[in-house]
Amino acid sequence: MAKTALQFRHNGRDVAIFVDGGTNLLVALRELIGDMTPKFGCGQGGCGTCSVLIDGELHLSCLTLAETVAGRSVETLDGLKQGPNLHPLQRAFADNFAAQCGYCTPGMLMAAKALLDRNPQPSRAEVVEAISGNICRCTGYEPIIDAILAASGGRASA
Amino acid sequence: MTRHRGRGMASINYPIGMNLGGDPSQALVHSNPSGKFTVALSSIDLGQGMKSVTRQICAETLGVPVEDVYVDTADSDTGPHCMGSFASRGTHRVGNAVMAAAREARGVMMEAAAEELEVNAADLETDGRGNIHVKGAPHRSISTKDVAIAAQFKQGKTISGRGIFLVPLSNVDPETGEMSPATCYAHACLVAEVEVDDETGEVAMVRMDSAYELGRALNPRLVEQQLVGGAWMGISHALYETTEPHYPDPVHGPRDFVEYLMPGPGDICPHDIAVLERPAPDGPFGAKGPGEMCANPVLPAVANAIFNAVGVRIDDLPITPEKVLRAIKTQGGARPQARR
Repeated sequence: MAKTALQFRHNGRDVAIFVDGGTNLLVALRELIGDMTPKFGCGQGGCGTCSVLIDGELHLSCLTLAETVAGRSVETLDGLKQGPNLHPLQRAFADNFAAQCGYCTPGMLMAAKALLDRNPQPSRAEVVEAISGNICRCTGYEPIIDAILAASGGRASA
Repeated sequence: MTRHRGRGMASINYPIGMNLGGDPSQALVHSNPSGKFTVALSSIDLGQGMKSVTRQICAETLGVPVEDVYVDTADSDTGPHCMGSFASRGTHRVGNAVMAAAREARGVMMEAAAEELEVNAADLETDGRGNIHVKGAPHRSISTKDVAIAAQFKQGKTISGRGIFLVPLSNVDPETGEMSPATCYAHACLVAEVEVDDETGEVAMVRMDSAYELGRALNPRLVEQQLVGGAWMGISHALYETTEPHYPDPVHGPRDFVEYLMPGPGDICPHDIAVLERPAPDGPFGAKGPGEMCANPVLPAVANAIFNAVGVRIDDLPITPEKVLRAIKTQGGARPQARR
């Protein structure tokens, strides 16, 4: 099958790759660009750990055809920290013990970023809604919710 | 339709690790010429904090800063044998092995320091900040780094230690059949409050209050993290997770995260936890383990709370809306029990 040339912005940097028809964005990011921060969980949109932002909107990269991001801007967890400094969300996740095995963390962080970008002062219910597409098996969600509220400047309840 | 509130309680007694003799784990500790220490294990950290807690145990035993210890684990090709991360055994079994290994390494380190300072090793102490000095004379001091360099390049000594923890075999008394199945028990009590809808059979968690007695909490935040997450797992086992129902045949059972039910972030409830510390005589610095047991009391407490709410006793997990509803119908309606 012929490959298609694909250009898009990846964490603020222009990238160009050749993809097979049908390649999903998760595979393109991990295998062709080498950005391993979006994780492969279920491959069918059920777990949320592959979440990325496309033009600022939250998407499941495993269900997104790579070719559909041509000319668009894709943000992954890899783009969150600036040099040696953690993003406030990453800092809040660490401070609130919001990760155990860590497999859901990239998707949780991107879902949280999408929320805070459009709603900097969310309520607890809005945080719950924002991460409801992401499965975590270790933390019981409570520390993740607290971390996102803490990063938003809201008061995390104990 | 009525929503009935109910409260249920459960207490558990949890043996740490496997029983009846055995259940070993090993650890190796050695210094690097930089004066830092490496702990070699093959125990798995699944995110519960095994690396953090073994690092703390090693640093404390050696008398060096925690940042001077590196834990290298999870590879059974390079680390000494471990039975595994299960049964709440990590902190207790692996911790004890690390402690033994660090104690032996500390002995060599103190001998090497004694040779450099020309004193008796028994007269030396560590300051926990990376120095070894003569008791009562802090100015007669040498850094652990200089000791490591002297041992490596001058004295020809390896600052290292081996550790293993093995539970002694408990023989069965031929007369009574009595034995000690475990050396160390943790305890917990949990009260769950639920709301049961008598029209749909749905059970919603309202709140949980728990008390855990798990020896000394070597890292209180990690213990809390375990207890919060484990209670979620308990709710999940009590009310959600199953590969059934499969109507009319198993092909229709859940096959993936979309169909397999688990409580989401909107299904959790406030959980107030009290940690009681009663150091275990045979635990590393008195620690037991908060692992698997943190899910266990939730299941019976939820089942009891459902009984308290609507008067049906369900002894088959998970307690799905279907089971609750069928039981209520068989009983001829909800029969709320006395609130205590």
